[in-house]
Amino acid sequence: MNAAPSLLREAPAVPERRRAELLAALAAVLPPEMILSRREDVTPYESDGLAVYRARPLAVLLPRTEQQVAAALRVCHRLGVPVVARGAGTGLSGGAMPHAQGVVLSLARFDRIVAVDPVRCTAVVQSGVRNIAVSEAAAPHGLYYAPDPSSQIACTIGGNVAENAGGVHCLKYGLTLHNVLKLRGFTVEGEAVEFGGDALDAPGLDLLPLVVGSEGMLAIVTEVTVRLIPRPPLACCIMASFPDVESAGAAVAAVIAAGIIPAGLELMDKRMTAAVEDFVHAGYDLDAAAILLCESDGTAEEVAAEAAHVSAVLRAAGATRIERSRDEAQRLRFWSGRKNAFPASGRISPDYLCMDSTIPRKRLAEVLRAIEAMEQTYGLRCANVFHAGDGNLHPLILFDANDPDQLRRCERFGADILETSVALGGTVTGEHGVGIEKLNSMCVQFSAAERALLGALKRAFDPGELLNPGKVIPTLHRCAEYGKMTVRRGLLPFPHIPRY
Amino acid sequence: MSTTVHEDAALARLVDQVRGAAADGRALDIRGGDSKRFLGGARRGEPLALRELAGISSYEPTELVVSARAGTPLAELQAALHAAGQHLPFDPPCFAPGGTVGGMVAAGLAGPARAAAGGVRDHVLGITLLDGRGDCLSFGGQVMKNVAGYDVSRLMAGSMGVLGVILEVSLKVLPRPQAERTVVLDAGEAEALALMDGWRRRPLPIQASAWHAGALWVRLAGAGAAVQSAAALLGGRPLDGGADAWAALRDHRHGFFSAAEAGAAPLWRLSLPAGTPPLGLAGEGFVEWGGCLRWLRTPAPAQAVQAAAQRVGGHAWRWAGEGPEAERLAPLNEVLLRLHRQLKRAFDPQGIFNPGRLHPAF
Repeated sequence: MNAAPSLLREAPAVPERRRAELLAALAAVLPPEMILSRREDVTPYESDGLAVYRARPLAVLLPRTEQQVAAALRVCHRLGVPVVARGAGTGLSGGAMPHAQGVVLSLARFDRIVAVDPVRCTAVVQSGVRNIAVSEAAAPHGLYYAPDPSSQIACTIGGNVAENAGGVHCLKYGLTLHNVLKLRGFTVEGEAVEFGGDALDAPGLDLLPLVVGSEGMLAIVTEVTVRLIPRPPLACCIMASFPDVESAGAAVAAVIAAGIIPAGLELMDKRMTAAVEDFVHAGYDLDAAAILLCESDGTAEEVAAEAAHVSAVLRAAGATRIERSRDEAQRLRFWSGRKNAFPASGRISPDYLCMDSTIPRKRLAEVLRAIEAMEQTYGLRCANVFHAGDGNLHPLILFDANDPDQLRRCERFGADILETSVALGGTVTGEHGVGIEKLNSMCVQFSAAERALLGALKRAFDPGELLNPGKVIPTLHRCAEYGKMTVRRGLLPFPHIPRY
Repeated sequence: MSTTVHEDAALARLVDQVRGAAADGRALDIRGGDSKRFLGGARRGEPLALRELAGISSYEPTELVVSARAGTPLAELQAALHAAGQHLPFDPPCFAPGGTVGGMVAAGLAGPARAAAGGVRDHVLGITLLDGRGDCLSFGGQVMKNVAGYDVSRLMAGSMGVLGVILEVSLKVLPRPQAERTVVLDAGEAEALALMDGWRRRPLPIQASAWHAGALWVRLAGAGAAVQSAAALLGGRPLDGGADAWAALRDHRHGFFSAAEAGAAPLWRLSLPAGTPPLGLAGEGFVEWGGCLRWLRTPAPAQAVQAAAQRVGGHAWRWAGEGPEAERLAPLNEVLLRLHRQLKRAFDPQGIFNPGRLHPAF
């Protein structure tokens, strides 16, 4: 994060003539109610879920049809105006933060479920459809859409595609990419394009994995064909307490070593357990240093066998208390704390910053110890939830945004966690995306040549760099500046890692 | 991703050869085990041999990740996984001894478990590659979830080497199923397709299915109890040869694939949406992937085969047999073709890697 990240990015005086030209050209292709340009109308769009980074766009467009999207893109392309696509704005990395000289292209009105096909086991949905609505539409057929990011009641499929969103069931059921067959949308020039297909492969290069997770920088997606899977007849959750994070981390490895791939495997540390217990009263063990939640799903026979196996493995790994959900209500109660970890953190702190790094699972205890040391270094508290099965860590740094010094320390704390994760063999983002938040951390994870290739790849789709410019790929200059800043802090890089 | 590959002397030679070829604009023909030489467009250019860049660089079963250099024999990787009770869930084919890990990713072909377990791409976690400038680049990593930057590593799966030279790859692996069992049912093609359509939406542990000449094979895999109850539900009889019969099908040693005489009709690979009824094309067929993959040996003209697949939302690829190169693959539309060309330039500005191997245009 650079010098003054948290200030509202005012448009550096866009010439009034240019602004007028843009609005007139858009008015020629979109009805007036689909163009917001007054200050008070565009202000609600100035950030996404990462509200500390804001910018006010020239206009917000709310098209309803593909023709309108294509026409708006053609106008912006002709006039060289940046376009930032937006779903529900729940993203946590500033990926949908507007461009001060650009427009926001909201796909919120693309909210139609086009078709649910119970024979193919697919659903065709517009990109503004909410994640949970897909599973609701598929439910009468005994099917569902597996990826379940914690914001699933609000976030859209289009946003999930942009971020390659995950959730708590990824280890067994995969990420968004693994559950999407086809994307329909438009190039920056406004030409219709499809990636993937209705079959299991498509001719040519497989561009689907490139566009999924591209944070709105390669194309605008208007329609998504997702894979639906049969809902398992039964699910059961096992909750286990551990006296220290080391044994909890070892228990995760032991479950996998036993040949078990649970439907979900989540870890919460003591601070997080206390925060959520206060909020949801799920009956968590408040004395445990860490709690593991392990879900089994399948037929009744499968669940019975797997749950017994998991319990035995966890007991052997040193669990001090093991509880198995007796019924659906109790299973949901066990999960309620994990699912409410973010709002519960909002109750114990005025603000929190949710980080999202992934590490090799075996480094879990190490990274948690490093974070503990950072709490001292930066004088801030941190609560941890962890998609333990995937090695995806979500430290929540607690701070008060009204105190500029706390915000600064919080940002450094976050960057330190990301750099530590890279040093431990991990990555700066597991499922939230780079957006604007992790641009500096990209300098740490990728070499100049690798960043240059990412840039060339971007220009292969978008030669003028108009789609969500300034996100994901840091400039050389930015990385050079960040390098200096890291040295200026007067510390060795990664001071928390033991050196041999 | 890995420092080991960067330190390799074999890598230094590859870098020199790539830089030399780029300077002179010479085509390179990337070779692993040469087990898929029949696949794709005609090969040209000077061989770039990957066999020396071999070996499993890291494997920790509890991390569910294995990293191996491109020239590692696939059989060696599979043996290491097998010893730890794990496997590559996508069940990759091996058409001749000596097939390599790099070739497996570059060809992007999955075996009978594709519909249930996902494809090669779905299991790629990270890659180290040489681009057309001779720069050694790493994308992705050894962790399950990673959205830092565009997903270059998965783009490499099925790219047939046209974007860069795969040096090392990290793959997600899984425990082998506790139980496995195949049942065979007697059914005509339409009936077999209808049965598979009905099973798709039910929580059955079906890991693979195949139909040929009146017999529908169904491979069940998973927890013992689930396999047993599904086998009872499906009925049928056991498959002669069991796992070996599936391997023969996967590796195209089954008579349908291997017994073609000289001058036989071309073999087409049709990738179709689930739920597609029989296409009614002349010739002999073989169905896999719950109906999503159909092999067809047919004398029908290429245009007729291509059109039949496209009509239902799929595509056809002439896998083997004579015919004009332009008719081998379903054509890319104008927009996709432009994106392909621009991507090719981004990775390989001089166009030196495997020209024409994936597509005649680049």
